[in-house]
This record gives sequence, structure tokens and C-alpha cells, in this order.
Amino acid sequence: MELRRDVFQAIADPTRRAIIALVASQALTPTSIAENFDSSRQTISKHIQILTECELLKQEQQGREIYYHFNPKKMKEIADFIEPFRQMWDERFNKLESIMKKYKSKS
Amino acid sequence: MERKTKLNVEDGKQDIIIVREFDLPVALLFKAYEDPEIIAQWMGTKVLKLENRKHGSWHFQTSDPQGNVVFQANGTIHEFIPNSKITRTFEMENAPFDVQLEFLEFEKLTEDTSKLTMQIVYRSLALRDQQLKMPFAYGINMAHDRLQEVVAKLNLAGYDKEK
Repeated sequence: MELRRDVFQAIADPTRRAIIALVASQALTPTSIAENFDSSRQTISKHIQILTECELLKQEQQGREIYYHFNPKKMKEIADFIEPFRQMWDERFNKLESIMKKYKSKS
Repeated sequence: MERKTKLNVEDGKQDIIIVREFDLPVALLFKAYEDPEIIAQWMGTKVLKLENRKHGSWHFQTSDPQGNVVFQANGTIHEFIPNSKITRTFEMENAPFDVQLEFLEFEKLTEDTSKLTMQIVYRSLALRDQQLKMPFAYGINMAHDRLQEVVAKLNLAGYDKEK
């Protein structure tokens, strides 16, 4: 079974994260997105396609040009599902830190 | 200063890198991984066995207040270099996940601060993503809830003392 592309995979790639950052500040055409990268136009198109499939980007037709917009709702979803994992470790480490600080002052 | 735990998750790589800086000298940070009693406190688990040496093994177990075992994990220690590095395997028992490999690197930043870099390698990309998405896969979830209870109590106790 082919794993369906998910948002998680989409943002794991540094180029795709850079694309999101660009588009987040303003809607852009594929050409103007590609201008910001050294990679080939095709490579960037592929990345845009993945981001669109995952609904991180939304297309909007304006005359002859397609503009890509950022979809913050989807981004929130990602933050939400990775965050508990990070938080779990953060809380463990906070705990470790506070225990060892007490340990230090005792010794 | 608040020191946050950072996650590094890359596309196509079947690992997770967890980085955290501590307001602790590296020796104290390492001690938190070396001493079974201290591990029990911050991990909220019983340390049934911990052999800190090459070819050594470890076994942790967490029970609910009724005494039922809710989480059990074990592994083998491959490298144990004080204040520097621990390499070990991790297997959650009675769980449909394959064994994972963990590299823990301890670094001195200043006399009073240190950094831990933990790389967890999974058998497959799918397994890594599954673990990321379900951090509270049951077992861990319950253990974690219990951990929070303990932390809450300890924090309260500490607060009283300081007062």
C-alpha cells in the first residue's frame, strides 16, 4: 500500500519549509517562488505540488497567473500533532533539570 | 532563561533528533542518566535493572496506582562513556513497535551549562512517523500522566520548603 503523502512529510523538507515561509508573507506565482532558490524550476514545482496536495498551500487563479497562498489552518494542525511529542520530552527534561539542581545544592 | 527542547525531524530520514540545553554542569546531567534512583524520579518509572557498561542491559517498569504494570521497556547498552556518550537500544514491551536505537551525546557548554543530543533511530520511516504522531500511544500515555502527577507533587513539596 502506498502511503498517502501527509502534511508531516511535507514540512519535514527544508526547501518546502522555505517555500512556506516565502508564501506566508505574500501570495506568489510559481515563477517568483522558484526565483528564490538555486534548484531547478521542476524541483520547485514538485515541492509546490506536494505542499498543495497537503493543503499547506492554496492555489488561486488571477487572470493567466496562478498564485499560491499559505493555509495557516493546516499549519496549525501540524504544530498540534508534533507538539505533544516535543512537550513530552520538554517536561521530562524540565523535571530532570529541577531534580539535578536540588541535587547540586544538597551536595 | 527558559531552555526549550528542540525536535529535529527530517524528510526521508528514519530518525528523530532531540536537543536540549540544561542549566547544569555536564557531570550532573550525565548523573541523571547514570543513577537509577534519579532516573526513577524524572522518568517516573521503576528501574529494575541498569548496568552502565558495554554489554550491560536495562529494564524499566511503570505500574498504575493499583499495581498493574502499564509500561515496560528494556534494552542493551552498547557504549557508556561517562560525561560524554551512551549508546543503547530501546524496546517497549507488549507494543507493536520494533526496537529502536538511541545515541545520547552529552556536551559541556560552560562550567554550568550542558547540552544533550539524543538521536533515536527507528526501523522504518513509517514507524518513526507513527511514533511522532502518537507520542501518547497508550502505555507511554499512562506513564506520562503518572509522571505529571509526581512532578506536580514534587513541585508543591519544593515550594513549601522554600517558603
